[in-house]
Amino acid sequence: MKTTKTRLLALAAATAWMAIGHAAVADELSIMASGGAWQDAQRKAWFEPFSKETGTKIVEQEYLGDLGKVKAMVETGNVPIDLVTVETATVLQGCDAGILERLDYSKIAPREKFIEGSALDCGVGLDAYGDILAYDPTVLKEAPTSVLDLFDTKKFPGKRAMRKFPAQNLEWALMADGVAPADVYKVLGTPEGVDRAFKKLDTIKKDIVWWDAGAQPAQLLASQEVVMTTAWNGRIQNAIDTDKKPFKIVWNNQILEYDMIAIPKGAKSPDLAYKYLAYISQPENNAKLASYITYGPVRTDAASFVAADALPKLPNAPDHLAGAYLVADTEFWGDYGEDLVKRFNAWLAQ
Amino acid sequence: MSALQPSELDRPPLARGRSAADADFKSASAVLRRADFGDRLRSLALAAPLLVLLALSFGIPIVLLLSRAVYDPTIANALPQTTQALSGWNGQGLPDDAAFAALAADLRGSQAKGTAYELAKSLNARLPGARSQVLKTVRQLEAAGDKPPLDVMKSVPFWSQPGTWPAIANGTHSITSFYLMSALDLRWNNDGGIERVPPEQAIFLQVFMRTFFVAAAVTLATLILGFPLAYLIASVPKGLAAILIVAVLLPFWTSILVRTAAWTVLLQKFGLVNDLLLWLGVAEVRLDLMYSRIGLIIAMTHIQLPFTLLPIYSVMRTIQPSQMKAAYSLGAKPVTAFRRVYLPQVFPGVMAGCLLTFILCLGYYITPALIGGASDQLISNFIANYVNVELNWEMAAALSFILLVLTLALFGIFARILGLDRLKLV
Amino acid sequence: MLLSPYPTLGERIRIALLWLWCGLVILFLIVPILIPVPLSFNSGTFFIFPLEGVSTRWYEVVLGTQRWQAAIGNSLIVAFGTTLIATALGTLTAIALSDDKFPGRRIVMPLLLSPLIVPVVITAVGSYLFYARVGLASTYAGIILAHTALASPFVVVTVGASLTGFDRNLMRAAAISGAKPVTSFFRVMLPLILPGVLSGAAFAFVTSFDEVVVVQFLASANQRTMPLEMFIGLREKLSPAITAAATLMMGLSIVLLVVANLLARRSQRRPNAGA
Repeated sequence: MKTTKTRLLALAAATAWMAIGHAAVADELSIMASGGAWQDAQRKAWFEPFSKETGTKIVEQEYLGDLGKVKAMVETGNVPIDLVTVETATVLQGCDAGILERLDYSKIAPREKFIEGSALDCGVGLDAYGDILAYDPTVLKEAPTSVLDLFDTKKFPGKRAMRKFPAQNLEWALMADGVAPADVYKVLGTPEGVDRAFKKLDTIKKDIVWWDAGAQPAQLLASQEVVMTTAWNGRIQNAIDTDKKPFKIVWNNQILEYDMIAIPKGAKSPDLAYKYLAYISQPENNAKLASYITYGPVRTDAASFVAADALPKLPNAPDHLAGAYLVADTEFWGDYGEDLVKRFNAWLAQ
Repeated sequence: MSALQPSELDRPPLARGRSAADADFKSASAVLRRADFGDRLRSLALAAPLLVLLALSFGIPIVLLLSRAVYDPTIANALPQTTQALSGWNGQGLPDDAAFAALAADLRGSQAKGTAYELAKSLNARLPGARSQVLKTVRQLEAAGDKPPLDVMKSVPFWSQPGTWPAIANGTHSITSFYLMSALDLRWNNDGGIERVPPEQAIFLQVFMRTFFVAAAVTLATLILGFPLAYLIASVPKGLAAILIVAVLLPFWTSILVRTAAWTVLLQKFGLVNDLLLWLGVAEVRLDLMYSRIGLIIAMTHIQLPFTLLPIYSVMRTIQPSQMKAAYSLGAKPVTAFRRVYLPQVFPGVMAGCLLTFILCLGYYITPALIGGASDQLISNFIANYVNVELNWEMAAALSFILLVLTLALFGIFARILGLDRLKLV
Repeated sequence: MLLSPYPTLGERIRIALLWLWCGLVILFLIVPILIPVPLSFNSGTFFIFPLEGVSTRWYEVVLGTQRWQAAIGNSLIVAFGTTLIATALGTLTAIALSDDKFPGRRIVMPLLLSPLIVPVVITAVGSYLFYARVGLASTYAGIILAHTALASPFVVVTVGASLTGFDRNLMRAAAISGAKPVTSFFRVMLPLILPGVLSGAAFAFVTSFDEVVVVQFLASANQRTMPLEMFIGLREKLSPAITAAATLMMGLSIVLLVVANLLARRSQRRPNAGA
């Protein structure tokens, strides 16, 4: 741990360096995120401004959302990262497992200012995103009208890409099998419900290409490996806006979720990590991400700061909630996630 | 760049036996042959740094990994009192209240010790559904106040179900066969016998079979493609042969990753392979070659072809043309001469090439991960998945154990039949 | 030798078919590795022939962006470190093994070769779990150590092969003339086996430079190497930059291995000239 004095010295030195146009190196904050357009957006919205403002050097890591690396680090006491972006279910799992630090919200922002479910014990929300369906209208002549069209191989023959993970897929399977959105988690909580969901997935299993990194869906659509794909809305919007792809997003039956960020136990610079969390949780900063990727803020008071042109593209824009939608049940996945992942992997392997 | 490359031996294979290299200095040193302890020690000292480094960087890590397959003290560590209380239990029915009380005490302490989660997870592997029951009971015990812990335990039906206690008792033994059995889709039933796991949990036999199938298919494909080419190279004049051998070596010298990258480009829906198939009229629509078994086999065949071909070639080029001429002059038809004179001699080379390719295919990871679909993942991919995603290192260790035993057994066969000398660099 | 002395028509057809088949096999071998080369000079963002135009923009990405530069730097650090250690220790070991007084050669040799046989995922997972415990995970030292295990067999084998032609009487002569062992190693033995040592070093370099599985487990962002960058790119965003990186890696491997093989041949040919 550095003393305040050396810290001040370092800051002074950093300012001096900056003044003569060199990269500032004072403290290092190591952040592990899951790559692609999302990480690029975080870099522009948060990493770089934070770095400039505080003289902190941000070291970026990339991973595929696997907690294994973090677990190995924590168990062996060698934790080279200070912050890690994770999904909500992973936050709960990591919290139980003692891999993630319990957060002290007094150092971040008032907890009640976050959208319900986006401020958890071991993870704080970064953004709100939608699990949606994307397709290329130049390939698919008839436009799908709901995410559930995934299961309609008659009307939409060809390969479809889905995430290699049980969450969302099981929910969609049940909804496609006639379960009302409001009852999805109740049904999925029973063994019969789980069987039912897998049975529904069985019907399209041979037509599915599985993706596991968030950048893959756009890639799979672009190379026409698949005719439609589930995706995180921001990645597809990014392909439309930046790469000028002709893709279209189907919002009906989307599932809304929150991205999280957490501090692994034993992180070397927890103070700096908190400083970063406090920085990105300020409403105006929280809203900034939307300008670089179309994910909504998690602070209830941040909406007014979102850039006007980004607003209608967000997953929680009124237009996009006009049809059916489901808010992912974090607690459900915290309780059942591990068993369902296991069952899902066994199902995949068979 | 991986790995093994059979030598181009200048002498007939097998003729000089396995210890040919041993013999090399014999004549020179015969004069000075005295059992010289100092010399032995010095030569050992020269090799020692590498041996020590290999032991530390390679040997110990693998032994420790494999030990996880049979040694899992998670439950015993989390439940010390229960372990003791159960030491005298006969395994029939339910244990006495003392065991319940011990478990309650252990569970209560587990939250503070931070072992609750690991315990729940480990028990859940043996007893599906145990995870939430353990965590629930721990919470209830925390919140119980003055209610006696024993009552809390009795109020959760899970702890009085048949099967619960045998699983706990079994788990308190740190040395376990559980993971190795699971890796073969087997488990102990309540009567102490062995049974198959239910079909929805059975994964691994299928994955091992799949790995074998892919390895066999690739081996066969490389043989069909490689044998005629090896024959041609061994038969044409030297200059031409040199050019042809370069065509084999260039891909051989390119890393697996780079070649896999090339194939991901080629096998795309709008990639060159599909273009070619359409143009030839073989296919009428573009095929899905990426994320498919056939795409995987094609790419692996490309990567493994030199491994199969080179040993065959190195044997073929030692066969004297005069033997075939002799066969012809004795009136043998070309086909007969080929079959009766040529084939038996190249057989060791064919064995070496095929075994090598088969062994290497068993451990493939990069290519299935990038080109295979979900149902084309091989055993190595499952090992990586258990480490990274499921966080079940014991299971990864058990699968590693079985894969390693299979690989070493096949390699033992290789060394026994063909000799280690065949494994050299070009 | 392809044809029998009095070839029949059927035989001629068979030989023609053999040539045809082999031609196709050679195309199968060569075309895939050449494909990335033209694509890497494509000016467009797609992998589709015909090329949109020729440009070096993807090489500018690989050689000019900080991310790839760091990866190339890391690859070089790890590969040079591995080469240094593997070559030094591997050469010593090969010398020890070439001495027929070496005890337990038959046990030691398979052990030395075992890193080539053990599936690399097992090596990677094993070192990942163990190195983390001893503080070597996410360090250059850890990756170099693991790569040394994978690369040293190549050095032992190539140097060993060049030693089979080395006449130990030369060392005895040097000793009788009063040279210390170290002196006679550097003045007598090393110059003679140098091609073998260099060849082993080149193999070691390429082994490390191309390796991705161990790196995937052991490296953190600070040690990301070129192959790892490629692997991530292949999974996530197939950009032509990958083909440029692939072309560079392929070029380097091929050049080094051609040199290695020429050296290895030279070192092995001399003693066997009369055989």
